[in-house]
Amino acid sequence: MDILRIATAGSVDDGKSTLIGRLLYETNSITKDKIEALESASKRKGLNFLDLSLLTDGLIAEREQGITIDVAHIYFSTPTRKYIIADTPGHIEYTRNMVTGASNAKVSLILVDARQGIVEQTARHLSIASLLRIPKVIICVNKMDLVQYQESKFNEIQHKLSELVSKTTFQGQTVSYLPISSLFGQNITKKAVEMPWFTGNTLLQELETFEFAETLAHAPARFPVQFVVRPMTEAYHDYRGYAGKISSGTFKVGDEIRVLPTGQTSTIATIEKFENSLYQAIAGESIVMTLSNDIDISRGNSIVLASETEVPSLKDFSAHVCWLDHQALSPGKTYLLQHGIHVTKAKITQITERLDVSKQTSETEVGQLNLNEIGKISLRTAQVISADKYAENPSNGSFILIDEFSNSTVGVGFVD
Amino acid sequence: MSAIHDKIGQFPRELEDESIYIMREVAAQFDRPALLFSGGKDSITLVRLAQKAFFPGKIPFPLVHIDTGHNFPETIEFRDWLAKETGAELIVRYVQDSIDQGKAKEESGKYASRNVLQTVTLLDAIEEFKFDACIGGARRDEEKARAKERIFSVRDDFGQWDAKRQRPELFDMLNGRISVGENVRVFPISNWTELDVWNYIKEEKMEIPSIYFAHQRQVIQRDGMLWADSEHLNKEVDEIPFETTVRFRTVGDMTCTAAVSSTAVDIDVIIEEILSAEISERGARIDDKRSEAAMEKRKQQGYF
Repeated sequence: MDILRIATAGSVDDGKSTLIGRLLYETNSITKDKIEALESASKRKGLNFLDLSLLTDGLIAEREQGITIDVAHIYFSTPTRKYIIADTPGHIEYTRNMVTGASNAKVSLILVDARQGIVEQTARHLSIASLLRIPKVIICVNKMDLVQYQESKFNEIQHKLSELVSKTTFQGQTVSYLPISSLFGQNITKKAVEMPWFTGNTLLQELETFEFAETLAHAPARFPVQFVVRPMTEAYHDYRGYAGKISSGTFKVGDEIRVLPTGQTSTIATIEKFENSLYQAIAGESIVMTLSNDIDISRGNSIVLASETEVPSLKDFSAHVCWLDHQALSPGKTYLLQHGIHVTKAKITQITERLDVSKQTSETEVGQLNLNEIGKISLRTAQVISADKYAENPSNGSFILIDEFSNSTVGVGFVD
Repeated sequence: MSAIHDKIGQFPRELEDESIYIMREVAAQFDRPALLFSGGKDSITLVRLAQKAFFPGKIPFPLVHIDTGHNFPETIEFRDWLAKETGAELIVRYVQDSIDQGKAKEESGKYASRNVLQTVTLLDAIEEFKFDACIGGARRDEEKARAKERIFSVRDDFGQWDAKRQRPELFDMLNGRISVGENVRVFPISNWTELDVWNYIKEEKMEIPSIYFAHQRQVIQRDGMLWADSEHLNKEVDEIPFETTVRFRTVGDMTCTAAVSSTAVDIDVIIEEILSAEISERGARIDDKRSEAAMEKRKQQGYF
C-alpha cells in the first residue's frame, strides 16, 4: 500500500476546509462521534447543514477568526491508498506555510472560486507548485453551485487558467481541471449529477489513478550517512554499520561505492533492515549498510555509486530561496545551511533576483528578501555539500537555512 | 462487512522508514534524549522502532515512565518486561512524589484524575536528567491540536507549546537546534493513524499489554461509557460496579480511560472493530472531553 501526499492551497474563503471535510465524509473517514460533534457545532453557528470546515479548523484562534493559521495534517485511506493532506492556509502572510506543506507533496490541489476566477493567489500557488517540482496539479473550480453549474463559466475559467499554467508548468508536470461543489458533494467522490456536461474524473478518481512512477528509484543513487552503528558487544565486536535513509536511487550488495566528500571507495558488503539482509534497497528506505573494508565515514558524509563520473560537489553556487522569517535575508550574512542531515556554515554573497510569483516577473538590484518572498541568491559554504540540482534530483537538491542565534529555520533553498 | 475488509489493507512500510529516520536524527542531534513510555500501544510501537533503528546496537536512550499511580497493573508489568526484553534503561518518576512535595495538587470530585498532574512530574524529570529531547507517541490523527504539531516540537523552559512560533519543517530536514533551557518533543509516528499502528503491531507480531484484549472486568456506567472500577475512581452512591467483558482501545490512567464492550481476543478482530467503530479513539479519553480546546490548552502548559 502506498502513500500519496497532497498539499491543498487556496485563498481565504474559497472553501478548502469544506472540500477536505467533504473528502473525509464521503470516504467514510469520520466517526460517528465526530459527526455528532459537527452537527451540534454547526447548529450552534445557526447553520442548517453540516459545516464540514469545522473538521480541520483546529486551533482556538482559528475558530475565533474562522481561518486556518498553520499547516494541518489530515489522514484518510481508501482500499487503494493512504492519503496525507497538508492543509495550508492561503493568506499571503502565510505563504511560508504553503511552501512547507507542499515540500513533501506529490499532488498540489489548488482551489479557485467559480464566481471570482483567477486571483493573485492562484498564480502564486501555481508558481510555488512548479518551484517545488510537484508532478501533479489538480485545479478545482469550486462553488459551481453558486454559478448555477454553468458549463460556460467553467470553460471560461479553465481557458484563462491554462494560459497561466503554460507560463509556470515544467516538463513532466500534469495539470487537470475539475468543476466541483464541496458544499453539495458534486464531483468529489461521486459524479456530479448537477453537471452532466462534465465527463472527466471525479477528484477521488484523479487521486486514485495518479501514478507517481518510481522515478526516485531510478534517480542517481544517494545515501547520506545519518548514524554510525557500533554496538561494540561481544557478538558484534568489529561491527560498523552506516545507518541512513536512501534519498534517491538504488543500492545493491556488491556495488562499488564512493564516499563524499572524502572520495574514498569501497564495496557494499551487506544491506540490512533490522534482522533482515536485503539484496537491494531503494529511495525512501531506512537501512544499515556495511562495507567490505574499514574506511573513515562520519555523519553527514554521502555514499554514491563509484561508477558515477560526475559527483555532486558544491561550495560556490546559486539557488532559489523562499524566505520564512520575519527578519529579512540580507547579503553578507552567515547562516547555517542544512542539506539533508549535513550542516555547515554558509555566507549569502548576493541576492541576484526577487521573483514576483503572482506576475511571473523578477527584479534585480535587490537589497533584501523579506518574509514570504522568493528570490535567487548566490552563496558560499564552509564545507563542500553533496547536493544535486533541485530540478534534476529534487530529493537531494534542497536545503534549509538556520539562524545561528535564534536557531530558527529561516529559509528554504533549491539548488539551481 | 466487505467494505470494512476492503479498508484493512496493509501497513504502509514507508511510515516505518520515516519513523526510523526520525529516531536516528534524535540520537544524532541531541545529547540527552529520552523516550517517554506510557505503556500504551503507541509508545510500545516507538520502542520497537527505536530497537530497529539502532540494531544491532542497543537503544541509545532511556525509557522514561511518568507513573501516575493510577496505571493499570497490567501496564506496569508489561513495562518492566519490555525494558528487560530490549535491554533499554528504564527510569520511573512518580506523580505521588510531586504531590508529596506540594508541587501538584490532587483533583477532587468524581472526575478527579492525575492526567494533568503528570506534566509537573514530567517537567521535573526533564530538569533532573537534563533531557534535551523527549520522544513521544502522539499522532496527528488523534486530535485537532495535534494535527498541527511538528515532528520536532520546540518547547521553552516551561515546556510550553506555542502554535504560532513553530518552526517550519521542510522536506525531511529536521532542525533540532535549541538554546539552553529549551527542549524538544519529538513525534516519530506523527503520520501514523490508529489503524496503521494496529496493522504494524500485527505485522510485526508485537506483544502488547493484555488489557487491549477482551477480558472480564468490574466496571461502572458513567456518561454512556464504561469506567474501570478501582480504588482510584471516585464513585457516586448510585454508581454500582458490575462485571462485563471489555477491552481498552487506548490505555491511559484507570481514571481517564474508558473501556469498550468487546469480545475481541485477537488482533484481527480488534482491527475489524476499529474499522466499524462509531466512536473515535480519543472519544474514549475522558480527559479530552473537558472542552473543545482541552488538548490545545494542555499542550500550551507543557503536556506532550
